[in-house]
Amino acid sequence: MIGFEINGSAIELDVDPDMPLLWAIRDAAGLTGTKYGCGAALCGACTVHVDGRAVRSCLLAVSSVAGKSVTTIEGVSGGAAAAVKQAWLELEVVQCGYCQSGQIMSAVELLERNPSPDDAQIDSAMRGNICRCATYARIRDAIRLASRSLSGRSEA
Amino acid sequence: MTANTRVNLARRSFLKAGVEAGAGLTLGVILPPLAAAQDAAPGLPGSGALVAGRFEPNAFVTIAPDNTVTVISKHLEMGQGVYTGLATLVAEELDADWDQVAVSAAPADASRYNNLFWGPMQGTGGSTAIANSFMQMREAGAAARQMLIAAAAERWSVAAGEITVASGVVRHASSGRSASFGELAEAAARQPVPTEVTVKDPADFRLIGKRVPRKDGSGKIDGSAVFTQDVQLDGMLTSLVAHPPRFGARVNKVDSAAARAVPGVVAVHQIPSGVAVVARDFWSASRGRDALQIDWDESGAVTASSATLMASYRERAQSAGLVARSEGAVDTALEKAANRLDASYEFPYLAHAAMEPMNCVIRLDEQGCEVWNGEQLHTGDQMALAGFLGITPQQVRVNTLFAGGSFGRRANPQSDYLLEAAAIAKASGGKAPVKLVWTREDDMRAGWFRPMYFHSLRAGLDAQGRPVAWQHRIVGQSIGAGTAFESAMVRDGVDSTSVEGASNLPYAIPNVSVELHTTEVGVPVQWWRAVGSTHTAFAVECFIDELAHAAGRDPVEYRLELLGEHPRHSAVLQLAAERAGWGKPLGEGKARGVALHESFNTRVAQVAELSRMPNGGFQIDRVVIAVDCGIAINPDVIRAQMEGGMGYGLSATLESEITIENGAVVEGNFDGYRVLRIGQMPKVEVHIVKSAEPPTGVGEPATPVIAPAVANALFALDGKRARRLPLGVNS
Repeated sequence: MIGFEINGSAIELDVDPDMPLLWAIRDAAGLTGTKYGCGAALCGACTVHVDGRAVRSCLLAVSSVAGKSVTTIEGVSGGAAAAVKQAWLELEVVQCGYCQSGQIMSAVELLERNPSPDDAQIDSAMRGNICRCATYARIRDAIRLASRSLSGRSEA
Repeated sequence: MTANTRVNLARRSFLKAGVEAGAGLTLGVILPPLAAAQDAAPGLPGSGALVAGRFEPNAFVTIAPDNTVTVISKHLEMGQGVYTGLATLVAEELDADWDQVAVSAAPADASRYNNLFWGPMQGTGGSTAIANSFMQMREAGAAARQMLIAAAAERWSVAAGEITVASGVVRHASSGRSASFGELAEAAARQPVPTEVTVKDPADFRLIGKRVPRKDGSGKIDGSAVFTQDVQLDGMLTSLVAHPPRFGARVNKVDSAAARAVPGVVAVHQIPSGVAVVARDFWSASRGRDALQIDWDESGAVTASSATLMASYRERAQSAGLVARSEGAVDTALEKAANRLDASYEFPYLAHAAMEPMNCVIRLDEQGCEVWNGEQLHTGDQMALAGFLGITPQQVRVNTLFAGGSFGRRANPQSDYLLEAAAIAKASGGKAPVKLVWTREDDMRAGWFRPMYFHSLRAGLDAQGRPVAWQHRIVGQSIGAGTAFESAMVRDGVDSTSVEGASNLPYAIPNVSVELHTTEVGVPVQWWRAVGSTHTAFAVECFIDELAHAAGRDPVEYRLELLGEHPRHSAVLQLAAERAGWGKPLGEGKARGVALHESFNTRVAQVAELSRMPNGGFQIDRVVIAVDCGIAINPDVIRAQMEGGMGYGLSATLESEITIENGAVVEGNFDGYRVLRIGQMPKVEVHIVKSAEPPTGVGEPATPVIAPAVANALFALDGKRARRLPLGVNS
């Protein structure tokens, strides 16, 4: 049994400790918002937060998150998450949408660490997330918009 | 489009369905069976259903008592925005409120949901979704509106002509009465179906041409959108398949003892395409597959390698091929020309590499078979599965889910991964639903690539630099040969998808010859976003640029002079050039390149702006895109497709390449098969030509234009011609 917190709730999973966290989340916990894209930490579709840091869940053994807190697209919340999701809708970022859970998880972590990233910092934080629909220009714009709305709120 | 077009529905009569208490209104369009049957080529998918001569309503609109308007999409939503586009067309004519409109996927049914451009086949591709549905969806919306008005007129005992509809409310102004669609739904369903409807004057459009929120937006930002990968059914098992290491190899012997011993593994089956491991979840199936001991019979395996193949293609191009287009006398004109140029271009195999690797779920049951899939070739797959399972197409029930990208891949002409899943389900005795999951490596190495091509071009210029002769030879595999599409795609040995974009060269040149050599390799190939144009646009647009340079002319002006017959081409080129500031100085170490191409009846021009980087490589700073796609239904969706289509083409421009070595695919994941990442995405501007012409597609036409625009900019930057794709990031 491997115990950890997922989206704020304690969970105990009876799975192979070597099972990647991605498949523990999808197949054992039944949360399918986190996607499989490459299985090699090359595309970022599986990005989740572990104790607040963005990680690729497709290579990380589930045993390594024992006792930790995992957040997925279904549970991500807070100011940065709200601002990112709002910006994603406002700028109509999504196309096929398959990579967008991972894109959003990476973007939220970026803005939580650095609420006012410049373009180079955005590109650097997001470079591990592939989008084959190439929504990149809108992703960049949406992160800028979310950043502005976050700073607007803190000033207000 | 004339004002208030009246549409006589004798040709396409409307039928109601589902007139049950509380069921509300469902409307659709049917094709008279005779007309449809004439379109139905014997043996093609869908002809069976039509031959039976059944009048089934082709339902596109449902209005429920709870006031929800559901638009039934016969097309796959794979990111291109078709749910939003189809809903816009219906909601426009229905005068629905955008927020009350939902979209759901149609089942596979050739008789009701066929692509009107494809005869009796349902499917999504060739950038046809909006173009073929434009009037069909509008008429469906208009008819539903007319029935709501009739219901209200009857209920209120007023003349129908005094009733108005706006934003989902039916109103009789002088009596002050009003009703929602939901309140009228049941009564509307009892009204006679109109024999004639009036669609709006474009001047009255309030949704078409405006920005409306995507219908698939919110579910795709909170993880709730369901892709095939996410389907979970009671008792469902997951299967991974070990495929042969080389194309054409087969299983000789399998030792599955170790695989069966892996906890969670339920069964191991030898199937035609390899060895399937069936397990309770992905991880068990994956560990089980790793434990298989397979002896492959490689005696019939493909031995081709990319490098030797390209050399042989180059050799083939020395001789004349089958004629795809011939005007004048090219050889004589070349001989007499004042100046002759030649160039050759090379293109690798390309994988689609959609973010969601191929997958599907199949359940065999007493009724037949139920499928869950990001279904792009609905009735083709339905027929293939029915044939494989020995049941009727109607017994194959298809649930179409969002596709995590496709770019053509999910419209496989041989239904490859679906038949693989069906083989596993059958081998399992149909005891449990089976989800077939391909890993990224499985997906990348299964083939069905954009074929490798070699192009050889020769041109002759007169003393003034005008082109007088153009010879274009193309060498590569046929996509259509050996498929159900062969009769439609291949004429006199020439596969139209091998030469499209070359044979319809828009430039006025008196002597033109376009020739094709079709090769047979054994590497499976398939349409890849924009198909033939992915290579022909590069060859044509780079070569015309070379001609302009040889003539000492500006590349935009040179093209415009040759486009007299094509005013829409000229207009997009001029628009892109003007918005890009063509001709204005850019500064040291920067340059622009231009390209223009028509595919799927949509014209796209792009201007790429490049900077030389300190490391010797280049960076694409900005891309200006102009597009003429007729009436712009959803301008923001069009912009998104231009941006994304260009970006998809940019991957193939810069880095993507599948290499075959001795019949095996070298690349397996995104480390070897490199695709565009965010830092490589330029700033993009999209300009849409205002048009009253019927809408044409936008999913593909931006993709083939970027590579020649970038290559031409590179030439402007450093005087070197790039004639092979990918260019490489440090060109």
